[in-house]
Amino acid sequence: MDFPLFAFYAFAAAAVMSAVAVISVRNPVQAALFLVLTFFTVACTWILAGAEFLGIALVLVYVGAVMVLFLFVVMMLDIDIARIREGYVRYLPVGLLVAAVMLVEMLVLIGIRARSAVPFEDNVAMATGVADIPNTTWLARALFTDFLLPFEVAAVILTIAVVAAVMLTLRRTPGTKHQDPAAQTRVQPGDRLRMVKMDAVRLVAPTAPSEEKQP
Amino acid sequence: MTDIASGLSVGHFLALGAALFCISLAGIFLNRKNVIVLLMCIELMLLAVNINFVAFSRQLGDAAGQVFVFFILTVAAAEAAIGLAILVTLFRNRRTIDVADIDTLKG
Repeated sequence: MDFPLFAFYAFAAAAVMSAVAVISVRNPVQAALFLVLTFFTVACTWILAGAEFLGIALVLVYVGAVMVLFLFVVMMLDIDIARIREGYVRYLPVGLLVAAVMLVEMLVLIGIRARSAVPFEDNVAMATGVADIPNTTWLARALFTDFLLPFEVAAVILTIAVVAAVMLTLRRTPGTKHQDPAAQTRVQPGDRLRMVKMDAVRLVAPTAPSEEKQP
Repeated sequence: MTDIASGLSVGHFLALGAALFCISLAGIFLNRKNVIVLLMCIELMLLAVNINFVAFSRQLGDAAGQVFVFFILTVAAAEAAIGLAILVTLFRNRRTIDVADIDTLKG
């Protein structure tokens, strides 16, 4: 067994064990941390397969952004963990049965097909096509030529997602002070300034002497 | 970069993807009550699909597979953001994230 294959088995074992930990630990914070470990290990296997850009992107996007979002939400919500775990034992047999049967079926299919699979090393169609081109260049050439329109659509999807997330969680409490740009641009001079017509000289009213002589 | 992977074939990656997919499926069965762990399991499923895409892209030498992984990452990030926003709103209104308690639409 050569070293990359050994490294792959180690990474795969770590990924599977941390994924099992994600679904079985009691605390949601620990589950999120184990999910970080799973994503990181899978990114390592992608780099092993020659997809360097996607491995780094997975670490940046998931470990850096999405998992931090998960951790924020988990820590913000005040969850009763004991109630959450109530149905766990009840669904344990059927869940494990379905998952194990599906896994065995998939592995049988993969095992049959993998007998004829060419190892990556001997594969004629290498990941890059031409061996000199780095993975990022190779990916970018496809991404910005053939897939330019889907790429832009993906950017629009992300923007819409941000707007939707903000609009969903935005809460207008009555006590807070905030600016209303529409009202600010709509304002007229009459709304801010009130002209009061006054006389230039005002007559001094005669003081009543009886009121000043209070003891 | 091509001489990094020696002895590895597409079957290894497919097996890893299948294992992760089934683990996340079991997680959806087991964690019926916790919406956060359900979202995590969905992310794990998307990751398993991405493993298959990367493996086949490497096997066939086609860039479309890895580009598709890119788009799946985008959609998964958007889904996580919107899902967590819905979760925060839900918790704010109902004070619970238990799936069994969210039965208003049941009629």
